[in-house]
Parts: sequence; C-alpha cells; structure tokens
Amino acid sequence: MFYRENGQFKTTYRADQQIFPITQDRWAVLLIIATAFIVVPMLTSDYMFRAIFIPFLIMALAALGVNILVGYCGQISLGSGAFMAVGAYAAFNFFVRVPGMPLLLALVLGGVCSAAFGILFGLPSLRVKGLYLAVATLAAQFFSDWMFLRIKWFTNDAPSGSVSVSGLQVLGLPIDSPLSKYLLCLSILVVMALLAKNLVRSAIGREWMAIRDMDVAAAVIGIRPMYAKLTAFAVSSFIVGVAGALWGFVYLGAWEPAAFSVDLSFKLLFMVIIGGMGSIMGSFFGAAFIVVLPIFLNQFLPVLGGAVGVQISTVVTAHAELMIFGALIVWFLIVEPHGLAKLWSIGKQKMRLWPFPH
Amino acid sequence: MAFFLETLFGGLMAGMLYSLVALGFVLIYKASGVFNFAQGAMVLFAALAMARFSEWIPLHVGISSPVIANLLAFIGAGILMFVVAWLIERLALRHLVNQEGTTLLMATLGISYFLDGLGQTIFGSDIYKIDVGMPKEPILAFENLFEGGILINKEDLYAALIAAVLVGLLTVFFQKTVTGRALRAVADDHQAAQSVGIPLNRIWFIVWCVAGVVALVAGMIWGSKLGVQFSLTTVALRALPVVILGGLTSVPGAIIGGLIIGVGEKLSEVFLGPYVGGGIEIWFAYVLALLFLLYRPQGLFGEKIIDRV
Repeated sequence: MFYRENGQFKTTYRADQQIFPITQDRWAVLLIIATAFIVVPMLTSDYMFRAIFIPFLIMALAALGVNILVGYCGQISLGSGAFMAVGAYAAFNFFVRVPGMPLLLALVLGGVCSAAFGILFGLPSLRVKGLYLAVATLAAQFFSDWMFLRIKWFTNDAPSGSVSVSGLQVLGLPIDSPLSKYLLCLSILVVMALLAKNLVRSAIGREWMAIRDMDVAAAVIGIRPMYAKLTAFAVSSFIVGVAGALWGFVYLGAWEPAAFSVDLSFKLLFMVIIGGMGSIMGSFFGAAFIVVLPIFLNQFLPVLGGAVGVQISTVVTAHAELMIFGALIVWFLIVEPHGLAKLWSIGKQKMRLWPFPH
Repeated sequence: MAFFLETLFGGLMAGMLYSLVALGFVLIYKASGVFNFAQGAMVLFAALAMARFSEWIPLHVGISSPVIANLLAFIGAGILMFVVAWLIERLALRHLVNQEGTTLLMATLGISYFLDGLGQTIFGSDIYKIDVGMPKEPILAFENLFEGGILINKEDLYAALIAAVLVGLLTVFFQKTVTGRALRAVADDHQAAQSVGIPLNRIWFIVWCVAGVVALVAGMIWGSKLGVQFSLTTVALRALPVVILGGLTSVPGAIIGGLIIGVGEKLSEVFLGPYVGGGIEIWFAYVLALLFLLYRPQGLFGEKIIDRV
C-alpha cells in the first residue's frame, strides 16, 4: 500500500535514470542517512561508538569493496586483508613522511596504492579462474604479511614493527573523540556507497556482471575481459584500501601487520556471502552481522552460563564463540544461500503486494 | 654441492608432508566438488584427539605398553573422525547440494571455525605431544660420495615413507575397488552417477571419512614433528599452493606438487632468503604455484577446464 511505484510517471530522462527511481526508496535512504548523522550521535555512548559503530562502518566500507570484486565481477578474492594492509601502510607513509599532508588526501593516496597493488595481483585473474584464483589471491595476502614485517622502510624503521599515527584532523577539525571519528567514517562511507551504487549500474558495472555470469559469452559480445576484470580489481581494492587506512588510522590508532591477517580476509568474504553477493545493501547487513555477533556472544555467553549456574571461563567463552560463529555461518548458508539482501528484497516484494497478495 | 643436496632432500621430505595434507583437499574436491577449507581444522582435530587419547588410555584403561596405547588412540581418533565426517555430511553438506562453489567454500570455512572451537573445548588448548616412537636422530648418507656426507632427518624419512604408502593405498582404492569407481563416477557428474543408482549421500560420507583418515595421518606426523597446537591449522594454508599447483582433481598432482613446492620453498629460503630478509618461504610457495598456473591454469595434472557458452 505504501511501497509501490504505481503512479510515479517519469517525464524526463534524468528522472528515469536516478539512482533510486522509486520515491519511497529515496525517502528511506535520506531518512537512514539523516538518522545516522543526527539521531545516532544523540543516543549513543562513547563505548558503543568505539566497540560497534566505528568498526561496523569501516568493515561495511571494506565489504562494499570486496563485494564489487566478488559479488559483481565474480572473482573470488581471499586477499582482501592484504589490500587493506597496503592501504593502511601506504596512507601511513604518506601521512608521516610528507610534512603537512592532509588526512583525507593520505587516505585517498593509500587507496590509490592499494588499487595499484590490486591490479598487480589481479593480473593472474586473466588466466586463472574460480577456486584456483581464490587460492592464488592468497599469494597477495602472504606477500603483504611478509613485506610489512620484514621490509623496515614501510614501517618507518619502527623497531617493534608497530606503527601509530596521531594528531589527525580534517580541515582544521581534530579527529580525536569517538563522535568525530564516527562522523568521519560515516561521511566517507556514504560518499563511497553512493559512488559504488552509481558505478555498478553504469556501463562498467554491467560489464562486470556480464563477466561474472559467463566470461566467455561476455567476451563474445565484445566486452574486454582484461579491462573489466582489472577495473573491478582496481575499484575494489581502492575502496578496500581506504577502509584499511581508516581501520588503522581511526579504529586501531597503532597497528602491526598481524592486524591485517588472513583471518580478516576470510571475515570480509563472510560479510559478502552472508550479506548477499552483488548487493550494496548486503555489504552493510553482512558487516553488521560479522561485527556485532562476536561482541554479542562475548557479552551474552557468560550471562547465559551464570543463568544456568555454570561459571564459564574466558577460554571456554573464546572457544564457544568460535563454535557458535562457525555453526551460525553454516546454518545461514543453508537457510539463505543468497544472503540477507535476498531477505530484504523478498520483504520489499511482499510490501508491494500488501495487503492484497494476488 | 653436498649442502645443496642436503637442502634438496630436506625439501623433498617436507614436500611429502605437504602432499599428505594436500591429498585431503584433492580427495574431497574430486568426489564432491567442495573445496574443503576445513582440512586444516580436521588435521588439528584429529591430532588433538590422537594426542589426548594416547595420554588418557594408559591413565584410565591401564594399558601401559606405548605401542598398544598408540594403536588404540589411533583407532579411537579414526572412529571420531568418522563421526565428524558423518555429522558434516548429515548436518551441512546434504542441505547444500547444488549450491555454488563459493557458498560451499564458505560453508567449509564455517565448519573449520566450528571444529577449531570444538576440538579445543573437548581436548584443551595447550601444546600436546604425540610420540609414536619415530626415531629422531639424523642419519648420514653418501659419505663415500661427498666429504662428510649429507644429513638426512630420519623422522622425515619415515614420514615420507608413510605418506608414500598411504598414497599407494589410496590409488589402489580409487582405481581397483567398486567403491572407488563409484567415487570417480560421482566426481565426474553428480546427476549421471545418481541416475545409475549410486547413492550420493553414502559416497560423500565415505569420501569425508577417507579425508578424515588422511587428516589423522597428517596430524599424527605433523603433530609428532611440531607438537599438537593451534598453529597446526596453518599447515593447511601451506598445503594450498601444493593443491593448485598439482591440480585440484589429481592425486598424483598432489604428490608431485608437494615435492615441487617443498623443494622450491627450501631452496628459495636457503639461497634467496638471506638477500631479502628471510621468511620468504610461505609466500614464495604461492608465487611459485601462481607462475605454474599462468602456464597451465588448471594446475599441472588437473583436468582441462573447458568453457562452453
């Protein structure tokens, strides 16, 4: 009754080609953005910002990048953690070595370096496909682990291998309180998400999807596989690189190569699969699920144990967390293999027909 | 020259051990098209079970002979792996038939998280040791050829022998038995195999059991070498380049791939490592595999990938 496009007639090409062609969608998106910018800061404590909202925003950005590569272009990547690491360390080097480097420019340059790294390790995708490619992208992961641990130049010759940044500011405003960090991440995420949403419905986005669905057929109808695959790698690793730089600069503050291990790559892929491949919205759902679940389990399990009279030690909690995490993922894949975004679109479809299902 | 040969032999032995883990991947991929990321977790789980059983059996049952205790522990761990295989097939894979490769891959990753947690909950998370009585002292060989001869680790030699025997047995199983033929049929085409009356669920159960036993042997050997601890799961990550180098569908490929990776790793670490700061063996294996893949995208012995539109 409330959500349907009946009666919304488009009279110009501009109106027909908007990002969100349905009026209700436009309002919903505006409402969500407004809530995120205005209502959330009013209601949330510093702990919630640090523990949930900031990691969620950054991970959502990273998942968005991975989704472009995996969900839209169909190239499975297990090296996303490496792209994040390259983004973080490149931004760090620009930030520390160039005097007076603005934070935003450093982040973007980190993304550019990550894109170059992504193109380099995307080159095998022109020849290697599917699961072979997935394993091959692990090469990027282990190479970056090694590179940032052993080559001291990248870590500014820090003796412990751990690097840190301080004195962050954007246009003269200091980024030190959780609220300002949250707003910075949110602004970057909103801009990137809108750009990505626009990109995937453009010519290049459709090329990616054609490659994903059947690369030989796509090549036959005149899509250049090399161009399409490498641009997907570049765009994806740019976004992932910016997310990595934010992860290091804003969330961690001080980090070492282990922060971007292969575990992170797996988690990013989980976000994409659980959220929904080939869906911008899905990246947000997936990131929320993967970020919130461990925190929830961590808090909830001791409480549950106390309720039934069992003292649960932290070690057991950690292991039970692993088990529940794994079991939930398998369960999710069984009940909804197309991800949470599929549930979302089913819900929208139901809304359209409601209250008359036929 | 002697040093070179010594490194070469060390690499070959290490390669055999990698191929043991790689075999687990290949077996399951061949028969069900699932790229089983849980293989590392299975190795850890089996090794933990084996280590703890061999510790508990003398304590609670009162069998003091280490040989029998180890044998019983091996059998017990084997049965446990069968149970795990049955549960995986029953609870997860049966419901994921006809899903895409990525979804299955993610499911096995989920299983690997679960097994990691479960194994450490049941068996504890300290470092345990497996002592199956493998001799530790090195032997000298070719003393008449080179001055001083070359050192070969006896333990590695035995491990490589066990691996070779296991591979031989698996080859016979796959090529000569009725079940093996059914397995190969399922690997070729699920639907065609089903239509001639091969029970898919049972075949998958068998394959996961075999992979479980391979994981147990790998866990036993690696565990007695490195100690049974959480880092054993990374062995699977180091065996991945072996799998893609040899080809996902080829048992001999896993062996040859393992030897190439083992030798490449050791030689690069010894002769190239000092110039770039060391520790390069793990990514070097991947880059080596990648270079081979650029030449043959389906791995050295994998089935040719044919794209049809």
